[in-house]
Amino acid sequence: MTSVVKKLFSKNKKMKSIIVQNLTKTYGKKEEKVLAVDHVSFEVNQGEIFGLIGPDGAGKTSIFRMLTTVLLPDSGSASIEDLDMVKDYKKIRKILGYMPGRFSLYQDLTIEENLEFFASVFNTTVAENYDLIKDIYIQIEPFKDRRAEKLSGGMKQKLALCCALIHKPKVLFLDEPTTGVDPVSRKEFWEMLQRLKKQGITMVVATPYMDEAALCDRIALMQEGKILSIDTPENISNSYPDFLFEVKAGKTSKVLRALENFEQKKNVYAYGEYVHLTIDKNENFSELKVVEYLEKEGFENVEINPIKASIEDSFIRLLSH
Amino acid sequence: MNIENQNIAIKAENITKVFGDFTAVDHISFEVKKGEIFGFLGANGAGKTTAMRMFSGLSIPSSGTATVAGFDVYKETEKIKKNIGYMSQKFSLYNNLTVKENLNFFGGIYGIPRKNLKIKRDDLLKKLGLEEEKNKLVSQLPLGWKQKLAFSVAIFHEPEIVFLDEPTGGVDPVTRRQFWNMIYEASDRGITIFVTTHYMDEAEYCDRVSIMVDGKIAALDTPTNLKKHYNAQNMDDVFYELARGAKRSE
Repeated sequence: MTSVVKKLFSKNKKMKSIIVQNLTKTYGKKEEKVLAVDHVSFEVNQGEIFGLIGPDGAGKTSIFRMLTTVLLPDSGSASIEDLDMVKDYKKIRKILGYMPGRFSLYQDLTIEENLEFFASVFNTTVAENYDLIKDIYIQIEPFKDRRAEKLSGGMKQKLALCCALIHKPKVLFLDEPTTGVDPVSRKEFWEMLQRLKKQGITMVVATPYMDEAALCDRIALMQEGKILSIDTPENISNSYPDFLFEVKAGKTSKVLRALENFEQKKNVYAYGEYVHLTIDKNENFSELKVVEYLEKEGFENVEINPIKASIEDSFIRLLSH
Repeated sequence: MNIENQNIAIKAENITKVFGDFTAVDHISFEVKKGEIFGFLGANGAGKTTAMRMFSGLSIPSSGTATVAGFDVYKETEKIKKNIGYMSQKFSLYNNLTVKENLNFFGGIYGIPRKNLKIKRDDLLKKLGLEEEKNKLVSQLPLGWKQKLAFSVAIFHEPEIVFLDEPTGGVDPVTRRQFWNMIYEASDRGITIFVTTHYMDEAEYCDRVSIMVDGKIAALDTPTNLKKHYNAQNMDDVFYELARGAKRSE
């Protein structure tokens, strides 16, 4: 290997923050054995936001618990910043931040006390890394003497994020930080993550909300312990293999029922105010056929448009297989 | 009850709930028609849960008047409880009872006679395709199944109204749609649906939607009219437009 190639190689290797290979985890005994994580492999580049997207029970939390070194895998391996998940767990703990799904702060400590506690555990001070959390902390600072148990959901979420960041981690794991949070607060939270990204922190975010997938650099779609697809949100949308249309012709439930019996239909499902209809690309199809069919069924003002697949469309297609 | 009210499932006038010097629910007024799918939206902390607790007979209002299924929210809370169903993501079924035991238990609580109960139970298990799972513990069912079963249990006693508090949180997109098909079916049978959700596409599936901001109802209309009124592409934009001005959070 020439020195140039070597250099490139090592540089390329350095760009990977997380490498996961064939990670597997089962729970329970013999008959009740549950395969929670099933040979999962993925890589996360330094400084990117990587999303694990999937419903409850997909295995997201189990993966997080293994990568944050609080749970041992049955088999497979993973490294974080070139540190081995099993052998170097003590070193890993120093460089990662973890915001678990359930609220994890000390309820009977105040905002300020919680933050100081987490800083002291990592042998640092709030002052030392204040720059990193400043944007977020000033929003809750007016209430710094309030106990954590008395905080609103949005404030708790912000405090938890500050506590996960106070030791300036290289990698941040966020397990469903926005579950049960209203759409406005969800948007604000993602704006905070985008700002953190600019500081160079690598982030792995788990979420059941498909619309948040579009805000990640790359995503893994997960179901029942397996990864169904990994790519950028854009590429996942672009590689949708079927024709996809949105249809509107009055009451959604009625349009759905009618299109169920449309001959060339591959799949049909409600999507907000529209019904989405998918057609195999091999079909000799024209939109007019849908219009004619629905009009024959008694619908009026039929509207049909070809559209680009969203992550939710892609996910539904993967689940329907 | 007069004739005019027979088609009204919930009628609220200036319902208010005050905790100390905090007005959680601030003079809200609305009507929900029988069989309607009514979406009850709002930011965290807007007062949705407090309002729901009053309409399900669990909390007495500070002022205002309301009837639920024709019963008064001050004096007839026990009658209200018998005539409604309730399901939330946090609590719905007993995990350490089997599917069959859960159905027997809730059927019993709502006073379904034992003979009818068995028939109704077996019908339901068949309809849900859960016959083979009937002796399994609920904890062993996948989340999607649990949610569908929980909804069926909530309407097992054929209540006039069912309150659904974020019923689809964390559920995959296919199961979420199957769940909504069950809601449509119940609504077709005349059961009134009162539902909260953080999924704005689901707001589109409601007949009418109210959006609470800081304890008040800031908007109430059909999804189509709301979008028109706020000149918005979708319900997500409507919600954002209304809720971003909120002063308080949970």
